[in-house]
Amino acid sequence: MTFFMSHAPVLAIIIPLMGAPICALFRGKTAPWLFTLILSGIAFAYSIDLLIAVSANGPISYEIGGWAPPYGIEYVADPLSAFVMVIISGISTGVLLYAKDSIANEVPTSRLGFFFAAYLLALTGMMGITVTGDAFNIFVFLEITSLSSYVLIAMGARQDRRALTAAFQYLIIGTIGATFILIGVGLLYVMTGTLNIADIADKFDSISDTRPIRAAVGFLIVGIAIKLAMFPFHVWLPNAYSYAPNIVTAFFAGTATKVSVYLLIRFIYTVFGADFSFGTVYLTELLLPLGVIAALSMSVVAIFQDNLKRLLAFSSVAQLGYITIAIALATEAGLTAGILHIFNHAIVKTGLFLTVGAMFFATGTTSIKALAGVGQRMPMTSFGFVLGGLGLIGIPLTPGFISKWYLIQAVLERGDYIGYGLAIAILLSSIFAVIYIWRVVEILYFHPSPEGAKGSEAPLSLLIPCWIFILGSFYFGIETSFNVGFAEQAAQFLMGAR
Amino acid sequence: MEEFTDIFLMLLLVAGSLAVLYVRNLFVATMLLSAVSFLMALLFVTLDAVDVAFTEAAVGAGISTVLYLGTLALVGSSERPAAKLSVIPLLLALSVGGALIYATFDMPVIGAADTPVQLSNLTKRFVEISPIEIGIPNMVTSVLASYRGFDTFGETTVVFTAAIGVLLILSQKHVRRPEEDEVEQSGLKPAAKDHGQVGSPHDLIPHVVSKVLIPFILLFAFYVQFHGDFGPGGGFQAGVIMAAGFILYSLIFGLHITKKLLPLRVVELFLAFGVLLYGGVGVASMIKGGNFLDYNVLSADPVAGQHLGILLVELGVGITVTAAMLAIFYGFAGRAQGRGKDVN
Repeated sequence: MTFFMSHAPVLAIIIPLMGAPICALFRGKTAPWLFTLILSGIAFAYSIDLLIAVSANGPISYEIGGWAPPYGIEYVADPLSAFVMVIISGISTGVLLYAKDSIANEVPTSRLGFFFAAYLLALTGMMGITVTGDAFNIFVFLEITSLSSYVLIAMGARQDRRALTAAFQYLIIGTIGATFILIGVGLLYVMTGTLNIADIADKFDSISDTRPIRAAVGFLIVGIAIKLAMFPFHVWLPNAYSYAPNIVTAFFAGTATKVSVYLLIRFIYTVFGADFSFGTVYLTELLLPLGVIAALSMSVVAIFQDNLKRLLAFSSVAQLGYITIAIALATEAGLTAGILHIFNHAIVKTGLFLTVGAMFFATGTTSIKALAGVGQRMPMTSFGFVLGGLGLIGIPLTPGFISKWYLIQAVLERGDYIGYGLAIAILLSSIFAVIYIWRVVEILYFHPSPEGAKGSEAPLSLLIPCWIFILGSFYFGIETSFNVGFAEQAAQFLMGAR
Repeated sequence: MEEFTDIFLMLLLVAGSLAVLYVRNLFVATMLLSAVSFLMALLFVTLDAVDVAFTEAAVGAGISTVLYLGTLALVGSSERPAAKLSVIPLLLALSVGGALIYATFDMPVIGAADTPVQLSNLTKRFVEISPIEIGIPNMVTSVLASYRGFDTFGETTVVFTAAIGVLLILSQKHVRRPEEDEVEQSGLKPAAKDHGQVGSPHDLIPHVVSKVLIPFILLFAFYVQFHGDFGPGGGFQAGVIMAAGFILYSLIFGLHITKKLLPLRVVELFLAFGVLLYGGVGVASMIKGGNFLDYNVLSADPVAGQHLGILLVELGVGITVTAAMLAIFYGFAGRAQGRGKDVN
């Protein structure tokens, strides 16, 4: 027991990592899926253990290779990274519960071994980015995440050839983002002679007023913003989410952009420090407008979408706008709201994409018009979608409400006209969310099924995981001590760190 | 003299890159790109980064070129004329270049004795203590395989990911019954081919030359693999050279014969085995009471443990890289065969 606990930070990463090559050799429909589910579950269990240990005893450092930092690579589980690890591995495990029938419907059986290997690698990469305390190691695991996600998105090509173009577009944009991050890390190394994040942070203030550092900050922020799909770098996201296989969309909607949000918080607060980020380079003035534009314009764009997956994808960009606003406030309340919304949006949006996946499984389409009358044909799935939609809008008792409550409190804390303006923008964006969700609900329930429409209720293997997410989201919307508690703890830790 | 070399190489690099952008024939562009890679390798040599130069020459100039050519064999070498020229990418590229130039103004001078990197504790430790605590003369290998061994594990995983990605995407066309297609490809067609012609029978000179060359290429790969502790080299370069030997063979004698020697399934096994070997060394050190990838505990003598650990993880890298390059090549070349023409 002590062996497994003392190695927990690295085990949570290497178990899915080393599982991937084994999984690639499996054949058949069940074996690769079951193997992946078990490994993801183990990683989830380790993440929870870590989060409990960290919240009780403070950050845990693990020296890989036995080399003390900064000579070797260090893994650091602190309140923020452990919380994000729980989100990633939890979403992954939940999606995998659902995956078996859904993916067998979309990807040829002979490729499932490789497919789930790529899935495990994406999980590994995101977890590795989160837990590492080394700036270059971030880039290495970012590469693992990126490559595997391009492949996973391209696997939608059997349903729609446009998945290949979407994956290629993401590959080009994502590679530019990753290169920017690499240039930023390289410039930090040139000026500090170290790659350990804590070590860079120690030396940062003495060299912060140099041109290479200013360039490094620019490259890192833009690079991360691209991977985060922050407005106006979001172009890749709607395509990627629309054409990827359904479980891939559900998995990435809850995790991929959230990891980039984590990186943004990590660099702004831990590496650069809040004083530098908001005092010297005016990130508030830069990020706030982008967040507001994203939250408003992307919600409007979502209203006019014909494809349900695309609609939810634009809604994701809008929700990332909220998180951007929260981070840009540069206060503890703002940071709490941002971290909280990482969790709340992940569980709600993944649940929604899973219900859409179930509709696709039964009807073979995600076009909103073609889903007319699904409310009668698939009552359980549709009702799940409605409840998830309420969570997205932010009705009381849902996690979306909790996020917005904290976010509006945080913006009103400013006490100036900008604060009131932000609160109005958030409410306005929520009203747009009501419109785009209602538009779908109306077609699902109140339009007659087209002649000869196929599809009855989705099988239980899809319904149960959907409802786990939907009911789970209500649980975290009512009993908020877990998500709010850990978000507050992470925010306090970050604000106190520097 | 050194300044002259640098400026000369830089100018050639700029000219080469512009030429790649300018030419409209993709075959010519590929060849120019390969030349640009060689120039990069030379620049790395002048920067005393011999290991990086070696990798750039092997990967950038060598295997990438072969893969580009494999792709061109599928899609042809004439570029479709662009509909319209957009100014935005140019502006973006210029602004990124501007930011990079801006960043160089306060940057420490390359090679100066008082740069932050030179003065860093890390550099001191790597230069002064690593020969004692790790016991191998090539410090690059010490850093790469031991101090930052986890990064290298990650990079090996990146190579693995790329290979399975290529196999997943390129095999998508055989959607209906992939098993049957494989049988058809490996069974019927080659058999029919064996009767008639093998590879390119009328090219006598490449046949003879490659038969003479291939054993030396493979031998050189082993040398690079196992000499990485002492000089430039290691698993990445060795893997690429090893794969190049097999790819040369299959270009001259035909893909199906190479596939008889090393079927795709075997390549997949090697692909997985290399990553598992690397990770397995880490797990072994955990079981022996150390941290993940702590080679000290692998043997009673820590320095011997470091030697053993580095040898094994480099072998893991070499195996995965070889298999990955072959898998990617099979992926491209296999598609060409599916269309009834060989890559050569």
